Parts: sequence; structure tokens; C-alpha cells
Amino acid sequence: MAGVTALAMPCAASAAGFLEPAGPVAAAQLSHFGTISALMLIVIVPMFVALPLVLLRYRRGGKGTYRPDWEFNWGLELLIWGIPVALVAALGTALWNHTLKNDPYRPLGPAPLVVEVIALDWKFLFLYPEQGVATLDLLVLPKDRPVTLKLTSGTVMQSFIVPRLAGQIYAMAGMQTQLNLIADATGDFTGRNTQYNGLGFATQSFTTRVVSAEDFASWVTGAKAQPAGLDAAGYKALLPPSVVNEPVIYGRFTPGLFDQIIASFAPGMAGGHQGHEAPAGTGTPAAAAPAAAHQHDAHTPEAAQ
Amino acid sequence: MNWELIFGQIKWTSFVFAGMIENPSLSEAIASGAGSIAVLGALGTVVLLTVKGWWVPLWRDWLTSVDHKKVGIMYIVLALVMFARAVIEAALMRAQQLAATDGGGFLSADHFGQLFSTHGTIMIFFVAMPFITGLMNYVMPLQIGARDVSFPLLNAISLMLTMAGAVLIMVSLVVGQFSTGGWSAYPPFTGIEFSPGEGVDYWIWAVSLGSIGSTLTGLNFAVTIYKKRCPGMSLFRMPLFTWTTLCTSILMIFAMAPLTAATIMLALDRYAGFHFFTNGDGGNMMNYANLFWLFGHPEVYILILPAFGVWSEVVATYSSKRIYGYTSLVYATMCIAVLSFAVWLHHFFTMGQSANVNAIFGIATMIIGVPTGVKVYDWLLTMVGGRIRLTTAMLFHINFLLTFILGGMTGVLLANPGIDFQVHNTLFLVAHFHNMIIPGVLFGMFAAVQFWFPKAFGFRLHEGLGRASFWCFAPGFLLAFFPLYWLGMMGATRRTFTWSNPDYLPWFALAMLGAALILAGFAFMVMQIVVSVRRRAELAAPLGDPWDGRALEWSIPSPPPAWNFAVLPQVTARDAFYEAKKDGTAYRSPAAYEDIEVPRNTATAPLIGLFACAWAFGLVWHIWWLVIVSFVLIWAVVIARSFATHTEEIVPAATVKAANEAFLAAVRATPGVTRDQEMTAANRGRAIPESLEASAGALAAGAAVEVTR
Repeated sequence: MAGVTALAMPCAASAAGFLEPAGPVAAAQLSHFGTISALMLIVIVPMFVALPLVLLRYRRGGKGTYRPDWEFNWGLELLIWGIPVALVAALGTALWNHTLKNDPYRPLGPAPLVVEVIALDWKFLFLYPEQGVATLDLLVLPKDRPVTLKLTSGTVMQSFIVPRLAGQIYAMAGMQTQLNLIADATGDFTGRNTQYNGLGFATQSFTTRVVSAEDFASWVTGAKAQPAGLDAAGYKALLPPSVVNEPVIYGRFTPGLFDQIIASFAPGMAGGHQGHEAPAGTGTPAAAAPAAAHQHDAHTPEAAQ
Repeated sequence: MNWELIFGQIKWTSFVFAGMIENPSLSEAIASGAGSIAVLGALGTVVLLTVKGWWVPLWRDWLTSVDHKKVGIMYIVLALVMFARAVIEAALMRAQQLAATDGGGFLSADHFGQLFSTHGTIMIFFVAMPFITGLMNYVMPLQIGARDVSFPLLNAISLMLTMAGAVLIMVSLVVGQFSTGGWSAYPPFTGIEFSPGEGVDYWIWAVSLGSIGSTLTGLNFAVTIYKKRCPGMSLFRMPLFTWTTLCTSILMIFAMAPLTAATIMLALDRYAGFHFFTNGDGGNMMNYANLFWLFGHPEVYILILPAFGVWSEVVATYSSKRIYGYTSLVYATMCIAVLSFAVWLHHFFTMGQSANVNAIFGIATMIIGVPTGVKVYDWLLTMVGGRIRLTTAMLFHINFLLTFILGGMTGVLLANPGIDFQVHNTLFLVAHFHNMIIPGVLFGMFAAVQFWFPKAFGFRLHEGLGRASFWCFAPGFLLAFFPLYWLGMMGATRRTFTWSNPDYLPWFALAMLGAALILAGFAFMVMQIVVSVRRRAELAAPLGDPWDGRALEWSIPSPPPAWNFAVLPQVTARDAFYEAKKDGTAYRSPAAYEDIEVPRNTATAPLIGLFACAWAFGLVWHIWWLVIVSFVLIWAVVIARSFATHTEEIVPAATVKAANEAFLAAVRATPGVTRDQEMTAANRGRAIPESLEASAGALAAGAAVEVTR
């Protein structure tokens, strides 16, 4: 029945997943998928070959010799324990190398473009601190430049993925996770939340638009010219669950908004945070400070405080 | 009177039929239809019981029974009833996804959310768990030569608590909504802030009741295996099904506790304003994820290990041969049981921990593949040198070997964090765990039913219809789930009620076809049971050994008497009964009979179950008087029981002797059958061991050894 999957391979050209990687991370994931699958055939093929033969030979009325008391053989025993052990050693080595090399927290080059991602109910908010612009349900990235996404949630836990660029990572309120990626092809790629979060979940996707460096610069210029801005009150207005049909571009946003959102979930914030209130208009410097300093060693998703 | 004081938060709009009246739509009509089926099913049962006058036998012979065999059968009946509901839900979801290109379809997002939540919750906690628990209940004491489990009343209480949880889920079809948080119910989504209302509370209390029941079962079975083995039954002479039962029981003891803790903590968050798992205020949902999967991963081995035990029994029996690598299989099972506690983190590689942590847990996960692979090849080697009969159970086993290793392959793929990052939360994951649970656990249980049904009821199941069900189930599974691997790799997310990628359509169509075949398989299975009951005279095998069995359970009549063994057997080897048949020492009359003490029936367990169900219902709907009253009643029953001194009754030696000698006489008077006659009416349950078939003449003449010991 593996045949179903295997036969389907050629006609997959239009598939949207990581089968068509558009960046080195997704490409490495796909090739690792191939490596592991191929190695696993070492234990799978023998079963598919041997079982029909055994059934044919030892069926009632077959040619096999009936040995009702045969129950052990050291040679076979070493084989059925030894081969899986050796295989797992090989698989484990491949796993170890791939996992450490492709750690989503590992920056993929100098001077990455930092985008802060806030998962909201049924939409994603993207903040570009370097560029000073923000978007809703549209992630525009320059081709070939390393990107560092910092993620948090303003609501329940979500899982962020753009399959053709990189794998997913959870976004959790009061915590920050990270995802590094590079796009090496231009185009529009679908990204989405994969963790169920209510009625709008099925349609919570967004467009990731990879453009050339020049186009990115001009996009930023155009975005900055947008009249709309995003401040704490604007963010608060985004909190009620809703599905965004058309992406929104904000020409500016309150600096430090991302850290304020994380900090707003910290225990003991003034007035608690009933109903996960939006951060105060002017974020307290203490609350907003740490993210940059933590970039390398803050490996675990941790509260900003 | 104050409405809320009496009825809590139940309003007339809480009833499922109100939705149909206020907001008619196909989705609401289906919900109302399901509610009606639940109500009519309950009413129909009541009417049937009344008309047939079965209330008294039901209460006297079944509900109040503490006999492990009856408890086991009730568990399995519960599992099959719940399976009927959850498999229909699965087909509904598939139909919705097939119809749902670009927002089409007939189910609302909310209804779909409830469907995948109840489907998962029911299939794990109220189908798979009662199925394996029922089977272990029935078979394990017979295999170790015991008269019952160590704590028969506790056993019945476990059953009734599980049943209370199942009833609660069925009630949620009619009154109120169920959770949309999935079977794992991750907060903060399932917290009160994001999921107000009764849905998550239904999940919490149904699962809590089930998990407490399972904890008690684990304790009970582990003690039983340690303390109640018959003379000579050393650990390494135990049948493999008993070994896997032991490992599963140990897992249950340790793994159910974190689940109970997690559900109670979630309840405290929801009811009492605690902040274990809330957003902010010190709450952290990562603790829930850890607790849940600290249960959740061992849970999959809790389910699969008994099925592994079934496969070991099935393959040896239908190959008429000793199991290959018994010791190897035992150690492999123990390895799996221990390692199952060391891999839980692979359920959330995507939570942002360091690459080293992910890699360690990924490798630990792969290491579990080693003992599992060993087992699979042990089963293959068991067939080598055998004489294989392709019975229904054996067909399921062959199908299992082939499909399970493919599921193992995708499991190893998922154990790689880098691959998991891509396919986590997609249909690839859904395909993987169904690939393990359906051919492994579910078909294992179906094979077990084919195998042990004649033991429990004294007649075989109709073989032709069994094969028909297999030939629907097996290809149905492949069609229903292999397309999902591909969909997942294309990026199709799980739990979506609508989608817009046209490439998905043909794959969803295949999956729907598979779902239809699975439904057909289930229909054949029901038909098989009905037809077999009707033709029970022709299929009768009361002499207890229709398959040329190997372990002790085949040495006693079918169905076995309440006391199981007239005299506790003395075991000197593995495959004790098979060896005895070969040596001609089977079916001997014992030298002497003794009085046997058996536990009396008691209303304790069903009353505790009833009040626990009322208590949970009160909690779901905030009906505080009911919560208090039923809680007090539960403990009143327990205290009242502690004063009961007359809890056992004596079966006189004469009665035991009469029954047993009648059985032995019937066996001796019946010629044994060869395996060629296995599926014919000649098979009354007296087997000629395959290895003696050449010299069958003498034995078949009924010259069975009759020696007193």
C-alpha cells in the first residue's frame, strides 16, 4: 500500500506543502524525510518479501516441514535484534545531525530580518521593528536574506507554519519562540495556524510573499506611506476573534509593542490582566527590555519577565 | 422556586432539539438526529427489557455481578456500543471534508469541532480502553489458572465508573454541547476564558471517571498476576497475553495518574479560578502538555500491548506451533513498557525547547522501534515451521504485520523533530496514529473476539461473515488513511472542516470510500454476531477447545463455570494445555474436589457508578445540590458495604464435581476433530492436537486417559 503514496509522487507538482521547498530549511526537511524513509526500507522490505513466502510455504498443506516445537535460533535472534539496533544507530545519528543543524532557533546568517509575529484569534499580526511597519495576515519577506521570526500569542496557543519555507513552531501567550528561515525563491506561499483555536481555525491562513531585495525595499516604502498605524488601542481592537479577508498594512506601530504584549501576561501586572488586556500605551521600559539580549541563550520559550 | 437552584445552568435551549427549532439547518438536523438516536436507543432498550422481562436477569446476573468474566463481557459490549457512535462520527467528518471544497459541506464549524472531540475522546477512553480492559478481564485470570481477579468488587467498580463516563458523553448528545478542544483538550483554549459553557466540563468529568476506573483496573490486574497464578505458573511460563496484561497494568498504574491530575487541575482552573494553565497570572499551558502526554504516550502502549498479546496467541494457535522467541518477546514487551515513559516530549517538538532536548527524545522514540521490530519478526518466525490456517483472526494478523510496520515507518519519520515540524498537526499525523491503532489495537481486538468468543459463549462465530468483515475492514482502512499521509504532506491541517486546495479533492474522495468500507465491515461484524447467535446450535463448541488452543483457558468448558477451574491446575511448562494434550494428560479427573468460595453479587458497584454519573452531571451543569447529594451517596454506599460481612458464598464440592465430571464425560465421549474440520459443525470443542494428527485414530476413539492423581 506504500504504492499509493509512491505512485502519487510524480503528480504532486501542484502540492503546496514542503514537497516543493522554497528555502533551504524546508529543502533540508524534505531530504531528511527521504533519507529516513530509505533507511527504514531495510526493515520493511524483508517483511513484505518474507511474509508471502512463509505463508505460501507453511500454510496448511504447504511444502514446509512442520516443526511444532521449534522456538529459537541464536543466529536469527542476533539478526532480528542486531539489524534494528544498527539501523537505529544510523537513524539516530541522522536525526541528531539534522536536528542540531536545523534548530529553528539557529540564525541562518548575519543581519537577519527580524519579524515579530503575534498570533491572534484567526489572524496573524506581523511587526517589522527594523522597518517600522506592521501587517495583518500578510508576511512579506526578501529573497535570500536570513529571517528571524519571533513569535508570541495574544490568545490561545497556536502553531505557525509556512510549509514551503520551514516547519512549524508554537506561539504561546506570555512567551516567545523563534523560527529562522530563508526563502530562495520568490512567490506567494500559504502560511497558516495548525493548532485548533475555534470556529475560524479552518480559514486562518495568510499569504507569505517572497520578493527580491529591491522589491522588498520598495514594498517597505509603500507600506510606510499607509495612513493607518497600530498602537495599543488598535491592537486591543484586534483581540476579538475575527477572520481577516483582506490583509491590512500599517504604516507605523508603537515601538516595543511585541514585548509589551508578552509582558502583559506576566504575573502581578498592575490590575492583573483580566481578559488579556492590551498593554498600556507606553510600555514600561523594564517590561519591554530583554528580548534582544536574550537572542542567543534564551532558548526555551520563556516569559519576558 | 429558583430555577437555577434546581437545574443549575440547564435551560430549555440546552437541549439539542432547541437548536433545530431555533436555527434549522442540516448541521442542526444531524445534531438533533444524533440526540434522537441516543434518546430512542435508550427508550428502545427500556422497552425491550420490559417486554422481554429482562430487567431482573440484567440486574441479578450482570450488573451486580463481580465475576471477572461477566465484567469483561460488559466492558466489551460497552466498547462496541461506543464504537458504533464514534465510527459514525468519523464517517460524518469524512463526508463533510469531502463536501467542503471552498466552504461547502453540511456541518457547521462548531458541530465539526464537537465531532472530532467526541470521536477522539470516545475512541480512546470508551472504545479502546474498555475493549482491552474487558479482554484482559476475561482472559487473563483464565490463563493464569485463577478463579477471579484479586479484587473482584473493585473490578466491578472500575467498570461502573467507566460506564458512568460513557453515559455522560452520551448525555452530551442530548443536553448541551461537547468540548471542541479535541481529545487532548489543550488549554488555554479549553480554559474558562476561551471555552465557557459545559462542553469542556463534559470532557473533564467523563475522562476523569474513566481514568480513575483504569487506575483501579491497573492495580487490580497487576496484583492478580503477581499473587494469583496457579501452582507451577512461574512468570516465564505465563502466556504472552498475560505478560502484556502485566505490562499494561503497570503502565496504567503510573500513567493514568498524570491524566487525572491534569483534568482535576483544569477543572480547578475552570471552576475555582485557579491559574494552573491559564494565560498569564502564572499559569502555563506547557505544564498541561507535559502532564497530558506523560499519560498520553504510555497510553498508546497501554492500548497496543494487550493487542500484541492477542497477536502472540493468535499466531501461535493458528500456526499450530510454539511462539518463536518467547523470552525475546517478553523482554521486548518490558523494554517497550519502560521506554514508553521516556518519549512523551515527541508530542510537542514544536514547543520551542532546545534542539538537544528534541534530539534526545527523538532518539528515545526511535529506540522503541527496536523491541517493536523484534516482536514483528518474532511473529513472522512463529509461522516458520508451522501449519498456518488462514482463519479470520489470522487474516487480521497478517494484515497487521504488513500495515503496522508501515505505521512504524511513519512513526520513525515523525520521531525526527525536523520532519515533525512539517507534518505535526497535519493529516499525516492523523494517518500515523490511526495506522497504529486501527490495524494494531482495533483489529487486534476484533481478532480477539473471533478467537475467544467461543470460549465466552460456547459457540463459534460464523466464519464466512467474519471473513467478509475482514475484507471490508482491511482495504477500508488502507483507503481511509493512506491518502491522509499524502494530504498531510501537501499541508492539509487536521481538524479543518473546510479547505480550498482543489488538489485535496481526489484524496478526500478515496478516504471517504475507505470510511464507507469500514462502516460496511462493522455492519458485517454485527451481522456475524446476530447470525451466529441464531445458529448457535450448529456452531456450538461447549467442550472448550475449538482452535486446538495452547493456554489453560482452553482446558475448561465454554462458557466456563463461575469458579473457572474445578481444581486449580498444576503447570509444568509453557503452553500448559497444549503440552497436556500432547502427553495425553489433559481432561483427567482430579483426585478430589473441594468447596469453592466465590464472591456474592452486590449492588455496590452499580450504585457507585450511578451516583458517580449523577455527581459528574451535577458538576457539568453546576447543579450543586445534586453534586453534594450524589457525593454523599457514593460514600454512603462504600461505608454500607464495609459493614457487609456475608460477601462470599460457598459452592459445595459436590456441585463442582457433578459439573466437572459431566464436562469431562462429554469430552471423552466426543471424538476429537482435526484442523480440517475446524470450521465444520463437527467441531464441538474437542481438538486433536495438530502434532498428533498422524496418530489420531486412537485418540479420536475417545480412549482419553483417565487417571486419578
